[in-house]
Amino acid sequence: MSITRLTRRSLLAAGTALTMALGAPAFAQTPPNVLVVGQIAEPKALDPAAVTAVNDFRILMNVYDGLVRYKDGTLEVEPALATDWEISEDGTEYTFSLRDGVKFHDGSPFDAEAVKFNFDRMLDESHPYYDTGPFPLSFFFSAIEEVEVVDPMTVKFVLNEPYAPFLSNLAYPTGLIVSPAAVEEHGSEFGRNPSGTGPFKFAEWRPNEAVVVEANPDYWDGAPQLEAVVFRPITDASTRTAEMLAGGIDLMVEVPPVALSQFQGDSYRLYEQAGPHLWFLILNAKEGPFADKLVRQAANYAINKEAIVNEVLEGTAEVAAGPTPPAFAWAYNEDLEPYPYDPEKARELIAEAGADGAELTFYVTEGGSGMLDPVAMGTAIQADLQAVGFDVTIETYEWNTFLGEVNPGLEGKADMAEMAWMTNDPDTLPFLALRSEAFPDQGGFNSGYYSNPEVDKLLEQARRATDQDERARLYKEMQEIVHEDAPWVFVANWKQNAVTNDRVENFDLQPSFFLLLDDVAKN
Amino acid sequence: MGGYILRRLLSAVPVLLGITVIVFLIMALIPGDPATAILGSYATPENVARINRELGLDAPLWRQYLIWLGNMLQGDFGQSFALNRPVLDEVLERFGATLILAGTAFVLCALLGIVAGTVSAANQYGWADKTITFAVLLGISIPSFFLGMMMILLFAVRLRWFPVSGMWPIYGARDAAALISHLAMPALALAVVATGVVARLSRSALLEVLRQDFIRTARAKGVHERSVIWRHALRAAMVSILPVLGIQAGFVLSGAVYIEIVFQWPGIGRMLVDAILRRDILLVQGGVVFVAVCYVFFNIVVDVAQSLLDPRIRT
Repeated sequence: MSITRLTRRSLLAAGTALTMALGAPAFAQTPPNVLVVGQIAEPKALDPAAVTAVNDFRILMNVYDGLVRYKDGTLEVEPALATDWEISEDGTEYTFSLRDGVKFHDGSPFDAEAVKFNFDRMLDESHPYYDTGPFPLSFFFSAIEEVEVVDPMTVKFVLNEPYAPFLSNLAYPTGLIVSPAAVEEHGSEFGRNPSGTGPFKFAEWRPNEAVVVEANPDYWDGAPQLEAVVFRPITDASTRTAEMLAGGIDLMVEVPPVALSQFQGDSYRLYEQAGPHLWFLILNAKEGPFADKLVRQAANYAINKEAIVNEVLEGTAEVAAGPTPPAFAWAYNEDLEPYPYDPEKARELIAEAGADGAELTFYVTEGGSGMLDPVAMGTAIQADLQAVGFDVTIETYEWNTFLGEVNPGLEGKADMAEMAWMTNDPDTLPFLALRSEAFPDQGGFNSGYYSNPEVDKLLEQARRATDQDERARLYKEMQEIVHEDAPWVFVANWKQNAVTNDRVENFDLQPSFFLLLDDVAKN
Repeated sequence: MGGYILRRLLSAVPVLLGITVIVFLIMALIPGDPATAILGSYATPENVARINRELGLDAPLWRQYLIWLGNMLQGDFGQSFALNRPVLDEVLERFGATLILAGTAFVLCALLGIVAGTVSAANQYGWADKTITFAVLLGISIPSFFLGMMMILLFAVRLRWFPVSGMWPIYGARDAAALISHLAMPALALAVVATGVVARLSRSALLEVLRQDFIRTARAKGVHERSVIWRHALRAAMVSILPVLGIQAGFVLSGAVYIEIVFQWPGIGRMLVDAILRRDILLVQGGVVFVAVCYVFFNIVVDVAQSLLDPRIRT
């Protein structure tokens, strides 16, 4: 009879367990003044110099400050840890006055030595803490020749050539300032024991569960409203949605388009913000049908971007007009109109170029950062191109493999490929992906081999100009030429979205896609 | 008996060595490298070469393999570059979570499966048998991840009886009640298919035994029917049920991957999926080798248990 008894006993145990679970209070409420954020992945490290993922930046921007930061709601820089700066005539020397009386969370003072330590650690291979890397994005600052401590509260950056994006690169998370004392204390473990000057102090990291940060009451820009923020990694989008619906998190980023309808009621608030993102098709301008400008323009006319943005992406993106996203308001050319959807016009251009029935190989990725819904978008694009008489074959690759195929250039392999970029300065994308000197064999990302001396000249000039109005004029001219030359099919600018429940106040998304929580309140 | 166990252990060595070679080669041969995964859009050949150098991935393959194997034999599994912590710490922590989940699911499927199968066999073609057979068929046919999502929608989102995901509450005590409330749904979702399989096989194993002479003898000499079924027949049937349980232990362990993703359980399956996508080579290799060692070990344990029940196997 032993088995019967065992079964009875185990049934009893199971029953007890169930009753205990049922009897427990409903799992709903998160505590007041503590914001629980649903993140998309476990962070790699909380060392701003060592990470590359937007997911990690969302935490870092709340723990650290940079010398400069983006003005609320824009992509223009304003003072942060630096109160003021001067740029030399030739654009190669930047002198910053630093904010007085700021302390790192570990109590050590913020000064010019600390700034120098930060950039030397990333850039100087002989620096004693260079081995706390690797620092994958240190090339953002490769223009820095030397960092000089002028006096305790003044620091000078000497560049090896004029480099206009320098200030916005300083506002990027890679430029956030860490505490030298904490790096010295923790060495390669600094990424798990971070210390900055930001509105929140690091409190606890429970691997695969949560990163907890607490309010910094001494924050130089005013103490935050919240007592603490909990960042929970929830990699599965459906589970993240379920957590939001069940009340397990207060704020959710990257809501899948299909889940948006779940959050229409009064108990949720939906946020949207177009960012510095461009989703485009690289066209192979070196060989095959797209070597002809008319055929490249035809592709731009043939693809129904409105349908992709509204049907495939459920309105989570806007139709792109040119190579520069509108989020860079100061550098964006307002006069540019997206290529209209006009299959008739496309057929005419194709006939004129004699490219009827051309066979196209189209590289599509399965996923990847900023790629939105690449398979569905690729299929829609294929159908549109077939409709105007092309014969399109799709080849699909997993993201890392895809980059390995596309970045070395499309020559001899494909006529077109999907791509997306998210940048922090209007210089970055065109400079790295549209210049003749950015062909893949020269270390750039111009995988479609577009080349126009006029564009090259404008981009070089813009990089050397230190006056923002002058830069803006050059970028606007560049956009007009590139729009006409159509080296890419300009498809979409992604709008980042987020949902909060009705207990969260004063939250807003930024065009930089950073998550800034210092003014947020929750009851 | 000792000689048998030793023989089994020795035969596992070449298997494990082979696994290290295979997993190393697979990670070396799949396209896309960790540097590309780290750099994303910024993966210029120059940047990739720099990162590879700093991660020590520019050495010849055979050398990378020998260094890795040598370090591992000394207990050093290396450092995960995507998580920036020792591989072994991560693997052990994650494996612990998987063991709790898979272990609970295994106990559930073994108990429920055997009981259901036995009840079914004892009442062959009766209403209990028909109900159980139907339920079992349903259980086997539902994909566990789908069942998991439906359970989340009903019990967590709508009724709010259980938390949606995770293993521990974000705030509050980490006690047994907290663990059970987080464990209940994933363990049940994971156990359903295995329970079905165990129930079906227990039923047929028992039916076979019930036709044998010693059962007729037992009944003839007036042993109580309950005792005939649960004591005599089930015990004899266990010889063929045990290996099925061994297979189900493996099944539950591998099925945990989907469940861990749906319920965001911090187990080793989810860890491996994330690690593969990030091309976190050392973490994938270390994780796979660790799981392989456990599999081989489980198999030996099951074989030994079987040989204890049935000495003929030992030869």
